[in-house]
Amino acid sequence: MAERSTWSLGGALRGLFQKPTIDDNTWDDLEHALITADFGADVAEDMIEELRASVARFHTTDPRDLQRMLRENVEERLAKYDPTLHLSERPAVVLVVGVNGVGKTTTIGKFANYVGTFGRSVVVGAADTFRAAAVEQLATWAERGGAQIVRPQHHGQDPASVAFQTVEFAKRNGVEIALIDTAGRLQTKNGLMDELSKIRRVIEKQAPISEVLLVLDATTGQNGLAQAEAFIQHAGVTGLVLTKLDGSAKGGFVLAVQERTGIPIKLIGQGEGIGDLTGFTPHAFAQKLVG
Amino acid sequence: MATFGNLSDRLADTFKNLRKKGTLSASDVDGTVREIRRALIQADVAFDVVKEFTGRVRERALGDEVNKALNPAQQVVQIVNDELVQILGGEQRRLEFAKTGTTIIMLAGLQGAGKTTLAGKLSKWLIKEGHTPLLVAADLQRPNAVTQLSVVAEQAGAAIYAPEPGNGVGDPVKVAKDGVAYAERNQHDVVIVDTAGRLGIDEEMMRQASKIRAAINPHEVLFVIDAMIGQDAVNTAKAFQEGVDFTGVVLSKLDGDARGGAALSVASVTGRPIIFASTGENLDDFEPFYPDRMASRILDLGDILTLIEQAQQAFDEEEAMKLAEKFATDTFTLDDFLKQMQQLRNMGSIKKMMGMLPGMGQMKEQLDNFDESELNRTEAIIQSMTRAERQNSKLLNGSRRLRIARGSGSTVTEVNQLVNRFEQAAKMMKTMAKGGMPQIPGMGPIPGGRPKMPKKNAKKKGGSRSGNPAKRAAEAKGITAAPAAPTGGGFGLGKGGAKGQPSEDDMATIQRMLGGQG
Repeated sequence: MAERSTWSLGGALRGLFQKPTIDDNTWDDLEHALITADFGADVAEDMIEELRASVARFHTTDPRDLQRMLRENVEERLAKYDPTLHLSERPAVVLVVGVNGVGKTTTIGKFANYVGTFGRSVVVGAADTFRAAAVEQLATWAERGGAQIVRPQHHGQDPASVAFQTVEFAKRNGVEIALIDTAGRLQTKNGLMDELSKIRRVIEKQAPISEVLLVLDATTGQNGLAQAEAFIQHAGVTGLVLTKLDGSAKGGFVLAVQERTGIPIKLIGQGEGIGDLTGFTPHAFAQKLVG
Repeated sequence: MATFGNLSDRLADTFKNLRKKGTLSASDVDGTVREIRRALIQADVAFDVVKEFTGRVRERALGDEVNKALNPAQQVVQIVNDELVQILGGEQRRLEFAKTGTTIIMLAGLQGAGKTTLAGKLSKWLIKEGHTPLLVAADLQRPNAVTQLSVVAEQAGAAIYAPEPGNGVGDPVKVAKDGVAYAERNQHDVVIVDTAGRLGIDEEMMRQASKIRAAINPHEVLFVIDAMIGQDAVNTAKAFQEGVDFTGVVLSKLDGDARGGAALSVASVTGRPIIFASTGENLDDFEPFYPDRMASRILDLGDILTLIEQAQQAFDEEEAMKLAEKFATDTFTLDDFLKQMQQLRNMGSIKKMMGMLPGMGQMKEQLDNFDESELNRTEAIIQSMTRAERQNSKLLNGSRRLRIARGSGSTVTEVNQLVNRFEQAAKMMKTMAKGGMPQIPGMGPIPGGRPKMPKKNAKKKGGSRSGNPAKRAAEAKGITAAPAAPTGGGFGLGKGGAKGQPSEDDMATIQRMLGGQG
């Protein structure tokens, strides 16, 4: 992980944990920190209640203990689900979905590079046939990541057919991993969400889908929950990817997403470089977040 | 999404409890304020803004003005509305053009905020307003951003200046500067400079943005921000304000179900007005922004003003007068029914319109299931009738109905249903016309805070029967009310002046919503 001091609650919490004792202000400050990190009112209240209980149980007044408890609490919540990517099928088909502008294409480029470093062959399918120049953007990334690409034969081709051809290509050429990019769509557009279901169905005629990754932008607020629910319903999401963690946003809402949906976070993206995508480890995440 | 609770639901619940009480105790107020607070946080309103807001509401709610009021609970509602409008406050601002020569507009924002798409939308809008915009591709960072901009420019019919291929090659400052010079040479009166997306904390990129700004000295710097952004909006906006100092904000992706609370706090934190809102995937989905209407959106009160405006655009006032007369004199024919329906179509998608009604946020799903092709079928049936039949529906006997069904590819049952609906509509309109125009037509029965209500009830503005096909009739009825309204006079509010002073309209809706469910 790139060492970026900006991305953590550190700043907001530093003052808090340096006070001599825990008092009423501590709780207010903690709530403030959690809410501005987009944890949402429910999760924040929940956590504070649990922490209050622990503090009372251990009769501690040392903010340092509170900090440790907070870290453990976050880690425990994050570690409830298994963040492992399942790519053992051959070909392992990975479908990448999300709303507009969260970084799907970028994530695919990085992901192709990531699995490429493990010596796996990769093909990417440019099934985003809607946005202007999305195919070219993906091609650039594929080139950087050393992956092959299946392009649509003409502009505005049915994305499901591109996905189909990608999987077919992978099977024919013995490529181990097929990554399929899709056009960004807002979760409220039912027609577009149905299109996703169709892409799924069409791919499944060829090969089972190993992973459906929902890309979420860390700057998203509570709407992230609505996004996750809709995409789970229509695309059968199996894992979350949290992007743009290199900014000042904390992406606290993923905790709520993970808890509410039971879908684990599997990857995190933290920069514009091709190597800036890593697997998700709850311990490291909690450590960074809380400090 | 109902699962996550909905602001107006929650408020409605708390206020319902309040209504039962003659006087408000401090603990009543605290409970309410707490709910308001949670609700605003769920809508992503910046936490500091929320705190300030709830503090003020609490103070005023405990003050004299409430206890002296006849109905303290309603007074609290009034306070909430007042304060919200104040926080979101501000006049609608227009884009400022240069007095002479070329107007320079620069776009900035986070990655994925929608700058490039917005450049296309803005240029299309400018072309419609009679300008000749030039797009300058100064996003040389993101792979193929330049290609995307040229495609967008072509779709919008705008000229583009893209000397560098992008993908990390070229100097954006130089491109921006040359682009402006090129525009001046070629008599483009507006030039839009698309820049690379950047994070607020990326100092190098921020410096680059401010260099571009210094080099071209733009008249407007528009900060594009995603309506779905969370609490970080405030940090990001502040960073951009320090870095490039934008002059206005554009809210993008407003077509989702995000409340856009944080994006709005941006306006209040930075003191820069929101000028435009971008509401869909097409280049035409772009409109000037009205702060007070957004307040209603945050509260999920719907956007009645926009709805009314669209209605007024689509309906000819004279036509409406004629129609009203027809109702009154009982000469409303199937032809008029058809015409009405076609006018309804002019207003754009029914789904979009319904979405603007208060309380409809929760009915998104039903809305999506609504089948617009029903309208087409109805149209086909009416068009399969002869002139005489359309003038006088009494003519329609069994064999005529059979012929019409065959001609329109429907069944006799469907034809029967249509005729029944038409007759009911005509009858209802007649009574309405005689009894004078209703004040805010059709708004009465709309179930503000009643979430579980099926959609057909929402639209049932008169005596229409239930059952799926009745939707059509109900709609036609609702819309008739809208065009007829200007003649009634009670509609003056909706007409232009209502922008700055939000709210008799809104207020009435809030109160009905909160109070209407006993």
